[in-house]
Amino acid sequence: MEIAVLLKQVPATELMIEIAENGRAIKTDDINWVMNPYDEMAVEEALQIKGAVGGSVTVFSLGPEKALEALRTALAMGADTAVRIDPEGKSLDGLATAKVLAGELKKGAFELIIAGHRAVDDDSYQVGPAVAELMGIPHVSMVIRQELTEGRIRCTRTIEGGNLVVETTLPALITTQRGLNEPRYASLPGIMKAKKKPIDTRTVSGTGTDPGEPMVAILAMRLPPQRKGGRIIDGESAGAKAAALVKALREEARVI
Amino acid sequence: MSQAILAITEQADGVFKNISFEVISAGRKLADKTGGPLIAAVMGAGIEAIAPQAAAYGADRILVADHEGLKDGLSDACIAAAGQLVAQSDPAVVIVGATAIGRDIAARLSARLNAPMAMDCVDVRMDGDRVVVTRPMYGGKILADVGLSGSPAIVAIRPRAMKAVAATGAGEVERVTVSLDSTNLTLIDKQMESGKIELTEAEVVVTGGRGMGGNDFSLVEALAKVLGGAVGASRSAVDEGWRSASDQVGQTGKVVAPNLYVACGVSGAIQHLAGMASSRVVVAINKDPEAPIFSKCDFGIVGDLFEVVPALVKEIEQLKG
Repeated sequence: MEIAVLLKQVPATELMIEIAENGRAIKTDDINWVMNPYDEMAVEEALQIKGAVGGSVTVFSLGPEKALEALRTALAMGADTAVRIDPEGKSLDGLATAKVLAGELKKGAFELIIAGHRAVDDDSYQVGPAVAELMGIPHVSMVIRQELTEGRIRCTRTIEGGNLVVETTLPALITTQRGLNEPRYASLPGIMKAKKKPIDTRTVSGTGTDPGEPMVAILAMRLPPQRKGGRIIDGESAGAKAAALVKALREEARVI
Repeated sequence: MSQAILAITEQADGVFKNISFEVISAGRKLADKTGGPLIAAVMGAGIEAIAPQAAAYGADRILVADHEGLKDGLSDACIAAAGQLVAQSDPAVVIVGATAIGRDIAARLSARLNAPMAMDCVDVRMDGDRVVVTRPMYGGKILADVGLSGSPAIVAIRPRAMKAVAATGAGEVERVTVSLDSTNLTLIDKQMESGKIELTEAEVVVTGGRGMGGNDFSLVEALAKVLGGAVGASRSAVDEGWRSASDQVGQTGKVVAPNLYVACGVSGAIQHLAGMASSRVVVAINKDPEAPIFSKCDFGIVGDLFEVVPALVKEIEQLKG
């Protein structure tokens, strides 16, 4: 099966984020860049499918040169080919990104496209489903389990209060959700093999796809209101502390 | 140019989800600025009876797409219907809830209509002709003000971020025929957890972390029960296999916004804080006085949760008794 994986390099989640001087972006000086955690799951799921039915896994990323690290990690995990589309200094929002990616994906013949359900920097939940729309294929998001049969895919996806099991025809796009799999670590042999795997570099302007004029603009960024350290409730025993807490929650915070 | 606002509601089993009223109220606020009308979209099967409820939150018109194919609330059917309702109402702004299905609707519609979209907004307002939203980014570590230029502007609002406000609307109900021929998903099974309160909709959340020491969460469940809340888990607890991933609160889990959040045996990693920072009141119980969570809570108890939590349950039972 020909599988495509969409991948983004993002700031690691354990970092504190600082706002840049222009007030509209984050400071990127000391950032540890990693593969978006949900995209790791996408690579892993693609590799598991390839392991089961054969075929190939191609990873696509729209990103600057440092995104190569994330692509190399995917290759080291076992992906076969990587494609990096350079944004040429421009900042593309989710829809523009989806247009460019869809344009490239259409040049292949992928039966299944796997993406993370969101990127943990933008938190837009947009690229996966938008790519599916632009390609005219069905998608299932937040997938925690999938099963392929002849020309069809059956997915368990999360919704509020439970899961739905839905089925659709291939080609299709699915997005990953926590619980789908535990991504493998790249092995040393994998890392060595990856050095020989092709990374195809393209540019947005070279793709022939017009991402369109920017329609979404970040006007300002700020830190959210910070909760200060709280009051430690004292007491002689657990029971006394509990009683004092309940009193405070009732009379001061008025929350019970 | 149209100034209509389209508010896409969500219902399950013939009952509107709370997010629907929040969506209509957010729409009412915009419609008051643009001149409106505020149009509520109601989609489902056999849902005509509930449609008039949208008037209580200020809908001027209510479009009802009642179709057997919408019975299961599958995303492709909802998107197909929503697309047709957008075409019918020609709105300047489309508002939908940032729920599992709502997110799919927002994302696919943005591609279908070549329209700007902002996800998980905690505020939305008009700035002249432009829609400006406030939305969290980087797991909530940043709040961004974002301008959307283009019509329609698609805004998905975070559940529980903006209150539903009663308002009077003419509420003219109009039945709309939609075609679902292009849909592709079939429902095989619904696996709903009955009796469990959904974390993202809960008014109270009690979370267990690594300090729980194992998969016995009965104390946390008891506290949640007596408070009428939902049970969450930290990433550590999920990684240990003690709780399922759907219980996880945090940057790579669910973002919750309850009135009361009680963290039991949770150390307070940055990613966890990202998931619960919007809580109105935060209580932390941890035996480590240096736990980072104590600097991000309103009330803290340094102590053994296995003694403190049962004592809390007893106190609250007495209060309610």
